[in-house]
Amino acid sequence: MLNCHDATRLVSEAEDRQLSLKERASLRLHVVMCSGCRHFQANIRFLRTIMRACVRGDDERSRTPPP
Amino acid sequence: MDQDTSAHPPAAHPHAAPPAAPWGEAFVAELRRQMLRFATLQLSDAHAAEDAVQEALIGALQNGASFGGRSAFRTWVFAILRHKIADELRHRQRVVEASQLLQEGEEDAMLELFDSRGHWLADERPRRWADPEASLQDAQFWRVFGACLEHLPARQARVFMMREFVGLETPEICAAAGLTVSNLNVMLHRARLRLRECLENRWFLEGRAC
Repeated sequence: MLNCHDATRLVSEAEDRQLSLKERASLRLHVVMCSGCRHFQANIRFLRTIMRACVRGDDERSRTPPP
Repeated sequence: MDQDTSAHPPAAHPHAAPPAAPWGEAFVAELRRQMLRFATLQLSDAHAAEDAVQEALIGALQNGASFGGRSAFRTWVFAILRHKIADELRHRQRVVEASQLLQEGEEDAMLELFDSRGHWLADERPRRWADPEASLQDAQFWRVFGACLEHLPARQARVFMMREFVGLETPEICAAAGLTVSNLNVMLHRARLRLRECLENRWFLEGRAC
């Protein structure tokens, strides 16, 4: 059974590699029961969204007042 | 830089005089400062960083008139710089002593978040972020995010930006930074933990004021 420490590690590693079927199953089971890790997973996914926005240059556009 | 695979305008001589800046010298000077800071962090070599920034700026300025505004130009020039940094890193092989991996205060901060059984401490349990997408339109959010990135330990910031901004794959980052895959995974995990915690504390729990 995963604890939160291991679950957060798997959430983070899922950003960089394909998790095994066993890892994915145990992570899914854990986040269903743990609201902290569920929020953590959503937060980390949003961090990815932030970085994609950076690459697109959205950070600069939002700082530049429209004409 | 021995090759330019970016499909961008061909690189000019790194020490040639840059073309005239269409948006004024102050804008380009500030942009150059930001680029230099980013390139120096990634390359850990001031001279190589200067060359990469110079080449990227000259390449972009030669086509500057075709951009609608400063934001488009900044995005373009950073895209060129990312390619140049990626090329440079791919041509490097450097070794880092394993004992150096836990420098710069990178000791296991994760242990401060969990109890002895590995469950969240009550005060550290992540919260739901209200309407995070709206934050992307807020200039203040980007200032807070920039501050959070600045506060990452340099080594974590470097590999995180290699992954998420430069777009390198795991084997490329490991070769450039002299890390094993498991070391890299640990460092990326710590960077994400710190960034998540910083954003939560400084933005999502502070009434979006910092």
